[in-house]
Amino acid sequence: MFLINCPFCGEREQSEFKAGGEAHIVRPKQPTELSDDEWAEYLFMRKNIKGVQFERWNHVHGCRKWFNMVRDTSNDQIKAVYKMGEKPPVK
Amino acid sequence: MKNKYSIFSLIKNAFSYHENWEKAWKDPEPKKEYDAVIVGGGGHGLATAYYLAKKHNMKNIAVVEKGWIGGGNTGRNTTIIRSNYLWDASAGLYDHALKIWEGLSQELNYNVMFSQRGVMNLAHNLQDVRDLKRRTHANRLNGIDAVYLNTEEVKKFCPIINTSQDIRYPVLGGTLQRRAGTARHDAVAWGYARGADEMGVDIIQNCEVKGIKRNGDTVEGIETTKGFIKTKKIGVVAAGHSSVIANMAGLKLPLESKPLQALVSEPVKPVIDTVVMSNAVHAYVSQSDKGELVIGAGTDDYVSYSQKGSHDIVEGTLNAILELYPIFSRMRMLRQWGGIVDICPDASPIISKTSIKGLYFNCGWGTGGFKATPGSGDLFAHTIANDEPHKLNAAFNINRFVSGDLVDEHGAAAVAH
Repeated sequence: MFLINCPFCGEREQSEFKAGGEAHIVRPKQPTELSDDEWAEYLFMRKNIKGVQFERWNHVHGCRKWFNMVRDTSNDQIKAVYKMGEKPPVK
Repeated sequence: MKNKYSIFSLIKNAFSYHENWEKAWKDPEPKKEYDAVIVGGGGHGLATAYYLAKKHNMKNIAVVEKGWIGGGNTGRNTTIIRSNYLWDASAGLYDHALKIWEGLSQELNYNVMFSQRGVMNLAHNLQDVRDLKRRTHANRLNGIDAVYLNTEEVKKFCPIINTSQDIRYPVLGGTLQRRAGTARHDAVAWGYARGADEMGVDIIQNCEVKGIKRNGDTVEGIETTKGFIKTKKIGVVAAGHSSVIANMAGLKLPLESKPLQALVSEPVKPVIDTVVMSNAVHAYVSQSDKGELVIGAGTDDYVSYSQKGSHDIVEGTLNAILELYPIFSRMRMLRQWGGIVDICPDASPIISKTSIKGLYFNCGWGTGGFKATPGSGDLFAHTIANDEPHKLNAAFNINRFVSGDLVDEHGAAAVAH
């Protein structure tokens, strides 16, 4: 349970949001050229980091907009929140 | 040879105030080299070591555990055991485990308190009814006992359920697997640990894996907080931390680790003598031998290793529990906790070799690994010893995410994952 600072609405309870998994996984530009291994990598394989992770969230019970978050998964502390398309503010 | 536990040993030790019981397992320092090292001293890891020693005659093996044995998800689950899975591959896997459970206390000479009190899964809408009937038929074709119950039969089997048709999600029916039930989770870890220790397995606690040493595509050993251990075979059974270990070896797994919560109430007199699970409203409940209601909640949808979880998940589960069991409305909850579960995209486990020779993974059990403990250990031991899967875990290889041959138990497995 934690508070999330939605870049559009401000600070709200985490229960208003839906997690969307790992961020910055680039959709293949030429899907027809992809091998089975590359498809598996894109669709299923995840870093699943214990520590600082980049992820996507959606404010489903608010503005319904997607945004990115940098969060430490070992203690649920949020390091930064930034809009889609923006560069992450922390490394 | 360890002394056998029996009524006589109990009486004998009573005369010395139970102060002279033999240690159930040693607490050794790691040797320089082992034939195989199991990473993770939970039920699955200890069972793997036990069957490696017992069935595959590998005696020079170690189990390394970063905390204490059985202190992770083995000690955090709701102890439900069943095998009523939809697909053939899952049915084979989970019923293999259930058959071992049925003789486990005798085999280990350790009372795991396996209680076949039945597991009932409820249907709350027409689609649930269709799905549950379909699963009942699939189970019976696979030789797994299953019956479909209508609303009156549900009420008769578990009288405290509110079967009024006026509630938000009325009970329309349910399935019952009578061979299913519960067991004492700690005893499973301790029983396997004692059995493995007796056959010469070193159980090394407070020993965290820090790295995996590779020579090209072959493993050479593990770096731990107690030094380097040389070995040709590493079996990783680290549940929520599987990806962390995989990353050390330069592998990526199709897993996400999420908090799953459970809670128990204050102890009361016997009130529910079976296990009732509801997928649609997400409420599981059974009663422990101490009298506490054991309640399983759902997973949070974000990756976390914090062993906590969100309050609204627990609130949602308790809302459902109260509608189904109005009798519990004044019960107080005593404890709540979270475990970190590693969930596969198809909600089925991975018991498999990897692209690195000598590195094996047993992971992805997600929210339902406890029930499979004996079967998982047996099949993983087979996979490690022979460098080939057993026919029962062949479908659960890691390459299914490349071939697309998934074992999709999301929703099909009687509960939501």
